[in-house]
Amino acid sequence: MSEASSTGAGQVIDTAFLRRWFIAAASVIEREADRLTELDSPIGDADHGANMRRGFIAARTAVEKEPPDTPGGVLVLVGRQLISTVGGASGPLYGTLLRKAGKALGDARQVAPEQLAQALREGVDGVAQLGGAAQGDKTMLDALAPAVEALTFALDKGAGLAEALSAAAIAADEGALATVPMQARKGRASYLGERSIGHQDPGAASSALLVGALAGAAREGTV
Amino acid sequence: MKMLINVPETVVADALRGFAAAHPELTVDVENRVIVRRDAPVAGKVALLSGGGSGHEPLHGGFVGRGMLDAACPGEVFTSPVPDQMVRAAAAVDSGAGVLFIVKNYTGDVLNFDMAAELAEDEGIMVGKVLVNDDVAVTDSLFTAGRRGTGATLFVEKIAGALAEEGAPLERVQAVARRVNEVSRSFGVALTAVSTPAKGAPTFDLPAGELELGIGIHGEPGRERRAMMTSGEIAEFAVDAVLDDLRPDGPVLLLVNGMGGTPLLELYGFNAEVHRVLGARGVTVARTLVGNYVTSLDMAGASVSLCRVDEEMLRLWDAPVSTPALCWGA
Repeated sequence: MSEASSTGAGQVIDTAFLRRWFIAAASVIEREADRLTELDSPIGDADHGANMRRGFIAARTAVEKEPPDTPGGVLVLVGRQLISTVGGASGPLYGTLLRKAGKALGDARQVAPEQLAQALREGVDGVAQLGGAAQGDKTMLDALAPAVEALTFALDKGAGLAEALSAAAIAADEGALATVPMQARKGRASYLGERSIGHQDPGAASSALLVGALAGAAREGTV
Repeated sequence: MKMLINVPETVVADALRGFAAAHPELTVDVENRVIVRRDAPVAGKVALLSGGGSGHEPLHGGFVGRGMLDAACPGEVFTSPVPDQMVRAAAAVDSGAGVLFIVKNYTGDVLNFDMAAELAEDEGIMVGKVLVNDDVAVTDSLFTAGRRGTGATLFVEKIAGALAEEGAPLERVQAVARRVNEVSRSFGVALTAVSTPAKGAPTFDLPAGELELGIGIHGEPGRERRAMMTSGEIAEFAVDAVLDDLRPDGPVLLLVNGMGGTPLLELYGFNAEVHRVLGARGVTVARTLVGNYVTSLDMAGASVSLCRVDEEMLRLWDAPVSTPALCWGA
């Protein structure tokens, strides 16, 4: 662990940090798009990677072109871009996640890690509400909810931001893998009934990538 | 898989440019992905707006025109359109009498149309909504996303479109649209898996000697796989699946719909079998439509849709329609 991550108190999250997140997110989504589409083939319609790539390239362009001057503004901007470009269920769901989180952060120019955790929690609640889904339904929530839990838990225990976000990324990865034995109860995979069992949910997989990119942005910031 | 395309990224835009070139009677905004009647907004008329993923052509753009839709919003292949498209289209077709959103029941379509409805209402547009969910292959329960919208979309768009053309108010147009959906059911089978341009290969594996029963229109596999059956056996399976749920006590509209990769020769043969089975079950067919209308790219297969019609619905079905894909009485 780096020095910065071992001293949690006093760390702040600013606009540059969130920009780093979404630039990293766009890169990892681009890199992993084919894998996401592959995951979407047996239980979906083989387009999750292409849709996410289109959305995150648009989001990165927007963030690089006219970066808002608050962290909340960055989240809202990216959320809007995703709603306008991704389509499918993923667009409104990821859009809602980030817009709700952004609104929760308000106009502050800098926020504490705990505030980010709380904002993400509100975003995840928004996703659950919009999609009418719960954990265990084999959706993106199965990666996002454990990630937020792990983030909050680690911060409570005094972990630094990078360390807490690494814990969140691990929880998201584990959550995504845990969707493999689940039977889908929401979205297109639910049409398959029991035949959805044995495949990883592509939305949970992309969610884990995004949490991973967030953890990466924190590590970069500590160098 | 060979495809008649340039690159996967531009298939939707390329198709829209070609659609525009073929149909000067429609206004096609290729950049914003909105297709509208050239005479929109039609004064005093409720506008019908639908949309969904591309890959189901002629649905929905092919049903834009007098007597049917006022606007269609095509999304990426098998991906719902985004709210910006529907808001733009609604503004273009609203005469003040309101806009009816016709939404197939898929999570993405529902979420994007709901967001669009909120935004359009913010702009002072009156919005009605009908959710099409006619596919009996999906159990409608808390444990699924609910029944899919498939072939009945055509019944809803045609019948509600005819009523709107007569000048009925939004409330009535919405009511007939919902009624048509309630009395319509569909069941589809696939003989081959679908290949999307993005993947360039079949999205699931369907061996040569087998067929998939209870498929949707997005290349998602169905409920059950069996050894290949004859046209007559498939007709019995599909018709019985529909009748199990619909139990018509009067005449029906019948749509024998090709999924895109099955020749009309086979579809007409299949239609003969469907009529035979319906006759044997005591069901009277009032009207029959055979063709590729609600497709799934290159998938081979067919779906059977029935709509239990009353006199008004039948009259509206027969009313003139003038669109690229459906045209009669005009």
